Parts: sequence; C-alpha cells; structure tokens
Amino acid sequence: MGKSKAKEHAITSASGAELLLNSLIKEGVKVIFGYPGGTVLPIYDALIHSQIRHVLPRHEQAAVHAADAYARVSGKVGVCLATSGPGATNLVTGIANAYMDSIPLVVLTGQVQTTLLGTDSFQEVDITGITIPITKHSYIVKDARQIPRIVKEAFYIARTGRPGPVLIDLPKDIQAAKVEPESDEMNLKSYKFFSKGNAGQIEEAAHALAECERPILYAGGGVITSGAGEILREIVEKENLPVVTTLMGIGSLPSTHPNLLGMVGMHGTVTANYAVDDCDLLIAVGVRFDDRVTSGLGQRFATKAKVIHIDIDPAEIGKVVRTHIPIVGDARYVLEDLAKDLVPPKIDSWWEQIHFWQKEQAQREESRENTQQLTPQDVIRILGEKADPQAIVTTDVGQHQMWAAQCYPVTEARHFITSGGLGTMGFGLPAAIGAQVARPEAQVFLITGDGSLQMCIQELATTVQCELPIKIILLNNGVLGMVRQLQKLFCDERYNQIQLQSNPDFVKIAEAYHILGIRVTRLEDVAGAMEKAIVFDGPVLLDFTISEDELVYPMVPSGKELTEMLGR
Amino acid sequence: MLHTLAVLVENNPGVLTRVSGLFARRAYNINSLSVCSTENPGISRMTIMVDGDDAVIEQVTKQLIKLVVVHKVTDLTDEEIVDRELALVRIKVRADTRLEILQIVDVFRGRVVDMGRSNLTVELTGDAEKIDAFVRTIRPFGLMELVRTGNIAITRLDS
Repeated sequence: MGKSKAKEHAITSASGAELLLNSLIKEGVKVIFGYPGGTVLPIYDALIHSQIRHVLPRHEQAAVHAADAYARVSGKVGVCLATSGPGATNLVTGIANAYMDSIPLVVLTGQVQTTLLGTDSFQEVDITGITIPITKHSYIVKDARQIPRIVKEAFYIARTGRPGPVLIDLPKDIQAAKVEPESDEMNLKSYKFFSKGNAGQIEEAAHALAECERPILYAGGGVITSGAGEILREIVEKENLPVVTTLMGIGSLPSTHPNLLGMVGMHGTVTANYAVDDCDLLIAVGVRFDDRVTSGLGQRFATKAKVIHIDIDPAEIGKVVRTHIPIVGDARYVLEDLAKDLVPPKIDSWWEQIHFWQKEQAQREESRENTQQLTPQDVIRILGEKADPQAIVTTDVGQHQMWAAQCYPVTEARHFITSGGLGTMGFGLPAAIGAQVARPEAQVFLITGDGSLQMCIQELATTVQCELPIKIILLNNGVLGMVRQLQKLFCDERYNQIQLQSNPDFVKIAEAYHILGIRVTRLEDVAGAMEKAIVFDGPVLLDFTISEDELVYPMVPSGKELTEMLGR
Repeated sequence: MLHTLAVLVENNPGVLTRVSGLFARRAYNINSLSVCSTENPGISRMTIMVDGDDAVIEQVTKQLIKLVVVHKVTDLTDEEIVDRELALVRIKVRADTRLEILQIVDVFRGRVVDMGRSNLTVELTGDAEKIDAFVRTIRPFGLMELVRTGNIAITRLDS
C-alpha cells in the first residue's frame, strides 16, 4: 500500500493553484465568482484549463454577494475569489453579510508571497485578522502540501452545523509551489456540531404542545437552511398551528397557506405581532430572536408564553429570551422526531381570536382611501401575479425590501433572497446574478430602490456579459426612503441627506449597458410592462416612479413592544 | 462574580487573537488571561478569569466552544481547585527598612531573587488574594514595579 501511495503522489505532484482547483472540483464546485489581481495570477493561470466556470463581476463586493446568493438558492457552498489587499478588503461587507445570515461560503483570497508577509508590502493586508469576527473559521496557507486538507476542512466547516463563511488566504508563492500533496484527511478534533435533538427535551416539547391553548410557531432562516419546510408543514397542518416567520424564514410555508399569519416584528403583520404577544406557547424554530423581531426587548417579548427554542447553535439558546424547553439540533431532525408523537391541542378559540384580528385589520385596510396612484405595493402585487410561481426574488435593503417581504407571494424555500441580519444595501443586484447563475432556467427578479441599486449598479455589465436575463424592478422615489421614514417619524421631519436629486435617468443607464429599460409612471401600465419584461430574452430594468411619501407600515418603533404598532 | 475558566485550545498562531477578540467584541470583561502549552504539545491551556453573572458566563462558554480552535471549556469556579499566580515585585529599600521588608517577604514565603543597594526583587506565588495582601503590605515601603502572571488553575483529584 505504501508503494502505491508513493506512486500516486508522484503522479499528482502539482502547483498549489492546481491543488486548490482539484480540491474545489472534489467538493463539487461548479462556479467561482472572482476578480483577478497580482497575487492570484497562478490561480487564474490554472483556471484556464479548469472545468470550473468563472463569473467576473465589476467589483469584489459583488463577487461575494453573488456567491452568497448562489449558496442561498442552491443550498451548496458558494465560492468567491479575490486578490490581496483591496481585493480582499472589498469582500469584507459580503463576508459579514453571509456570516450574519449563516450562509455557507468559502472565500479565497490571494496574499503576498510568504517572504514579504508582515513587511507592509504592495497590496498586503491582514485579511484573516480583519475577518476573524465575521468568519466561522479561517486559514492562512503556509505549506502548499496542506491545501487538499485545508480546502476539505473549509467546506466541511462552512456547510455543517450552523453554516457560515470560511476564508482561505493563499500567499502567491504557495499557489506557485510545485509539491506533492499531503493526505486530505481532516484534522478537526475540536469541531463539533449537533444534529439530533435530545429525546427527553423533544418529548417535553410534545407535551407542552398537547397542553397549550394559544400556540404560535415562529419559523426562521434555520428552517430554510435545514430543509425543514416539508416536516414543518406536516406538523403545522396536523396540529393546526398558526405560524409567523422572520424575514429570513420567508418561504418556510407558502405565503398562501391558511395557517401563515405573516412576518413578525418591526414591519410584521398586525395579526402576527398580536398573536406572538398573546401566545402561551412559542415554538421558535431556527430563529435567533433578532432585535428586528423583539425590538431589543428580550425580557419583555412574548411574556405570557412558555418558549420552546429549537436551534442548531447552543449559543443562541437563552441569548436573548429565557427559554423553557431548549432543544439543540438541526431543525429538520428535531421536527421529524417531534412529529412522531403529537396530540393536536384544543385551540379553536385561539383561531377565533386570530381570525378576529385578521378581519379587523382587513376592514381597516379596506376603509383606506383608494387612490389611482402607483404604489409600491401595487407593483409588487402585480409582479406576484405575473411572475412564474417558481420565480426567485432578490431584494436590496430599505423600504422596497419590507414591501417585498410583506406583499410578494413566495411559494417555497430558497426563493426569497434578502440581506437579513446585516441589511446590506447593494446586495440585491449581485444576489440576482448569483441566483440566476445557480438556476439558469428560473425567472429571477430583483426588487430594489434607487439608493440601493446605485451601490452596485456597475453589475449591470455582468448581467449582460454573462447573459443573465434578470428583471430589475426599481421602485424609484428619489430618496433614501427608509431613512426618510425614520426621520419623518422620529426626527420631526427634519430630513437630512436623504435626497438623491442627481439621480441618473435609469432607463438611459440601462440602455448604455445594452439593457432594455422601461419607465412606468401610471398604475394601468404596470401589468403590461411586467409582461413585456418577462417575455423579453435578456435583462430588463423597469423604473417605477413612486411617491416619496409612501411608508412601510405597520411599524413597531425600536424599543417598543410588538403591540405598539404605528400605522395599523 | 469572578469565574475561572480553563480553556483548552490548539497551539497555533492566531489562536490567542481569536479568543481575546471574542471577549472584546461581545463586551465580556477579562480580569486575567494566562496561556502556555500543556503536557500535549499540540494543545495550549488558557486560564481566563472573567467577571459576569451566570447568563454571561454561559454565553462566554458557548461562544468559546463555537471557535474551531477551542477543544474544551471548563468553568472551575465551583470545582475543587488549586490556583496560583506568580508575581515579581521590586521594592525600594533603605538600610533602616531592609530588615523589616525581608521579614514580611518571609512571612509571605516569598523569595528574594535580585538585590541591589536601594531595591530588591521578590518572587512570590500564591492565589490572587495572597499576592494582593503582600502588595498592600509592602506598598508603604515603596513599590517600584509589579509583574503578575494572572491566575493558573488545576482541579484537585479526589483523594
């Protein structure tokens, strides 16, 4: 055996860059989102002969966002690549974005050659040091022979347990070195994660469920990550549980499901917020009680409820709210075990209460003035009617993101792609690129605003170069709408630095990139423009002129309780 | 309340940054941190004294365990332990105080490791309270320099 192994090594002697690409192929990597530069020349040289597809955006930030969205849509690990120094620092926002939303990424950065490390050499930056707080783990490769093991470990760490970004920093001389690789056997003695939940705790949860009177199932991004949607739906239907989701949990249940009360929290539905506040059993699945849900009031959140918290990360249990029945494990496995032995609770009067809230809210909405103005909600609703039910929607960050979360009919998991935890303006267009690369056959829509779009607008070129027929729904109000809303409500309308007066003509911008641009200013033109865009073979930018006075309601002001909503 | 955590970590460059950075960004207070290799050359042991209530210590422990480089975290606070700190203390001496200072050093079972005409340096081990007490006693004579290692701790095996 020793002999044959030695022979195998002799054959596989390769450069560090080749070892890297071979290891990526072994991990099933089909595409890298990257941007070349001086310290990654050996990798780009090796890529010429590789089967791996390379997508070239116009900024490294777009590379990491696209890889992030690729991971969200496909469920695989996203891979991005940048050169050292500014290339690496341009990834930082995207890495933080993936870290906050627990998205599996392997981030490859070039580094100056090892003999120059620590000498402040050209385009040198300590990227592993900079990214320690925003990566699950990171490596600096000091010996090319270890590349197969390091890559294998990086993918394993990125995708298992609570997923997250892992960074590998590769000095240029390490990429160029010709070596005989060491074994790729992983050496991760101290890395552990949970899959199955504790049987006793699950039994206790089942017991609590059988006895409750006012339950709420509160579903988050963990449901999507673990693929727990199906079993969640089974439990929800068997027990007739009302469900609320977080922003990251959108798609846990189809938006038309009768048990879904909508999103909870700052811009959640009235019914969802009342119901969470009033429930006596909160079954939290794959959530982290973010302050956009709890208003930062962990101790005053759902105070009448016994809390069951199912999460794969033990550190999330008890971090924000007191938990009565903690279950550490993968949401899908835990729910599968929980589903085995359930007794439906008697909650008819709870549903009566919920329906009462829903009806009350519907009446309030109906009584509002019905104008013929073009509202952002109309645009998103019409998009929902015209789009393929299997379409993927990505968003940027701001008012349009919340309107999309509230109004777009998401049918299933991994179809609503948004920057939840970090709230990164500029995420949307690169995310649409990553989504379309992951699912070339799917309709991909970007819902964005004029502020966010301009943070990564250079990526219009990427959609053209890579022939990605993304449809951009631009809700254009000429202001930074969410900040304007905050200044309106909490600064007595002292508007400051929110006017984007010098906005370009976005239709002309689109045309300059050889993209079809259509401006829509009237409600009656929305549907036709959508239809035209959808059938058009190529990217389209639809510029919808909306009023700057449109607000996102309801709204729970930061620091207020869920029931203290404005604009009900 | 002050807790003593024993943290087994990989003996690699950058591990200390990962651990200390975690404390800084999550706003936990480190009172002392000492680290050195163990009987296993691949593993280092950190002894971290951290202040916080039970909820904070629980979070500290869970967040530490999440680091890939951390093998094990043990809260030694309620354990039977032996804990020690080493201090090197330089004290001003004059002819008329020398004898008294040496007596105090003797009472605390310290050892003189360096002696000059106008100063002497004492080595002292013990738990933190003992070293605090020694420093308090000696300060009026003229404390010139004080170096402490921070606590290290080991559990007692059942006798």
